[in-house]
Amino acid sequence: MTQATPQNGAPPVLELKGLSKSFGGLHAVRDVSLQIFAGDRKAIIGPNGAGKTTLFNLITGIFPSTSGQVLLYGEDVTTWPSHKRTALGMARTFQITSLFPKLTVFDNVLLAIEGLRPSKFVMWRFMSSYRDVYDKAHQLLKQASFLDRKDTEVRYLSHGEQRQLEIILGLASDPKILLLDEPAAGLSSGESSEMAKFLLGLDPNLAILLIEHDMDVVFDVADEISVLHFGQMLETGTPEQIHGSQKVQEIYLGTG
Amino acid sequence: MTSQQIKILMVVVALGALAVIVPNTNSFVILLSTRALAFAILVMSLDILLGYTGLASLGQAAYLGVGAYATAILATTYQFGLGMDFWLVILFGMLVGAALAAVFGLLAIRATGVYFLMITLALGQCVWGLAYRWNSLTGGDNGINLRVKPKFAGLDLGHDVTFFYVVFFLFALSLLAMYVLVQSPFGRSLAGIRERELRMQILGYNTWLHKYIAFIIAGGFGGLSGVLWAHTAGIVSPENVVLTTSVDALLMAVLGGAGTLVGGVIGSFIVFGLREYLSTLVPWWQYVLGAVYVLTILYLPFGLMGIPERIRQWRASSGKQADPKTLASVPS
Ligand SMILES: Nc1ncnc2c1ncn2[C@@H]1O[C@H](COP(=O)(O)OP(=O)(O)OP(=O)(O)O)[C@@H](O)[C@H]1O
Ligand SMILES: [Mg+2]
Repeated sequence: MTQATPQNGAPPVLELKGLSKSFGGLHAVRDVSLQIFAGDRKAIIGPNGAGKTTLFNLITGIFPSTSGQVLLYGEDVTTWPSHKRTALGMARTFQITSLFPKLTVFDNVLLAIEGLRPSKFVMWRFMSSYRDVYDKAHQLLKQASFLDRKDTEVRYLSHGEQRQLEIILGLASDPKILLLDEPAAGLSSGESSEMAKFLLGLDPNLAILLIEHDMDVVFDVADEISVLHFGQMLETGTPEQIHGSQKVQEIYLGTG
Repeated sequence: MTSQQIKILMVVVALGALAVIVPNTNSFVILLSTRALAFAILVMSLDILLGYTGLASLGQAAYLGVGAYATAILATTYQFGLGMDFWLVILFGMLVGAALAAVFGLLAIRATGVYFLMITLALGQCVWGLAYRWNSLTGGDNGINLRVKPKFAGLDLGHDVTFFYVVFFLFALSLLAMYVLVQSPFGRSLAGIRERELRMQILGYNTWLHKYIAFIIAGGFGGLSGVLWAHTAGIVSPENVVLTTSVDALLMAVLGGAGTLVGGVIGSFIVFGLREYLSTLVPWWQYVLGAVYVLTILYLPFGLMGIPERIRQWRASSGKQADPKTLASVPS
């Protein structure tokens, strides 16, 4: 199992206990257990259809799990709706870009920032009167060198830019744990290494769980890799261990 | 000046012109405009759901209906709301509309797309059924006649220009309130839900609650529209809550341009105008209206308010250059 590294006894940011999900007869995720602490950089790899995205959907509450538990900061959130989990400090990005296509880049970021603020219910004041939210959106876009495109509608962005904006939206709520579902999907190798560099520059206390097919990104970003195969955690280890593993070679690296 | 400010200025000027010109026309136009304005409040409230939240409700007449029936019943049975207490009836009408939406919303909001459409339709038909059957309260098929209009503080709403101004005032207030709403953080969240609800949930929004609140607010404005409608028409009958009234509201919003608020107002004026004028001219006026709807949906998916954008796009594409936005977004 994972070599748990409890830091001064604090509970893991995210813990999965025997998490499973079946779609009818298909066992998409089977008995997955995992612990992630503040600052951890972990990756999940596995062939297409291994259940990686499904695992994220269970963690974020998009699907109910068939059995097992999801804990955030030791709190059992297994039956919580997505928005309440987000409020505890979880954020994610999507494998299939999931932005607000007809809104501008800036409006996309504003929505992401407002998500955890009580002012999201205010209906008697213009959004534009919230200076602090605007400043924060500015700062986020600046950090990602996106300011020049802030008034562009998202549907006019290139694929690479949309992938990047996915992550910016994920970061907008100042999460403690960020789940990234194939952030480099469809990117050129140049764009992928940009992406990896951007991820490495994030707050070192942020825990990251990364699903990725691009091995360069995985080896750049992750300290520990888990291999998912037919919904099961097959192996977990350092990038070197996984790279050298015979089993992994067979099921994944050999085919990928 | 930003393009947003120019748009606001244009709306203000248009409303100012309306307020000056209409009272100087004949009583037919004044009455017609009063009706169009009262109904436009319902259309705008529907636009909050349709254009801003992406919820196509086909039962919005129910909220106009309860507001109108509440007004008529209070006026005829209790002689309430015919003086200064008219303003209380306004408030009450909004509350009744909002309360009905709060009940119906519990059933409707979980559904999306065509299921939402069908549930709101069914709920609307329930209200129609009640209006039709509950004879002792609603007068059944005959409806309720309102013979007297409110009089207070030297104002006689029986005087058509005075009444026009009262309706105009409440309409303008509603437009302002809804405009602030759609520009507010809450209003922006509705646009996010329209665009991608799942992402909104992941961002921390309880999207059900946001939609539910929007539904209640729309119901409240529907109730207000009903109060004004009752006094404008002088009669409240099941016809006000029948399906075609809901469909009318939906089509007016689409005709003018969903997601614009003022589009619904334009749609309301056009439909009321066409209907009144054409029906005196030709017996097949309904087909003209139908053709207008079909042509709008086919050729102007963003309604009449979408025409300037259409022209801009057409100019841009005929000027050999592609949309400058797509060029600007090529990664460096
Ligand atoms: N909503 C669903 N209903 C039914 N089956 C599903 C659903 N979502 C996923 N599955 C199935 O579960 C299995 C795992 O899918 P999942 O998307 O989690 O794989 P993945 O590891 O993310 O693959 P990829 O690398 O292609 O993204 C697949 O067989 C898929 O068809
Ligand atoms: Mg996947």
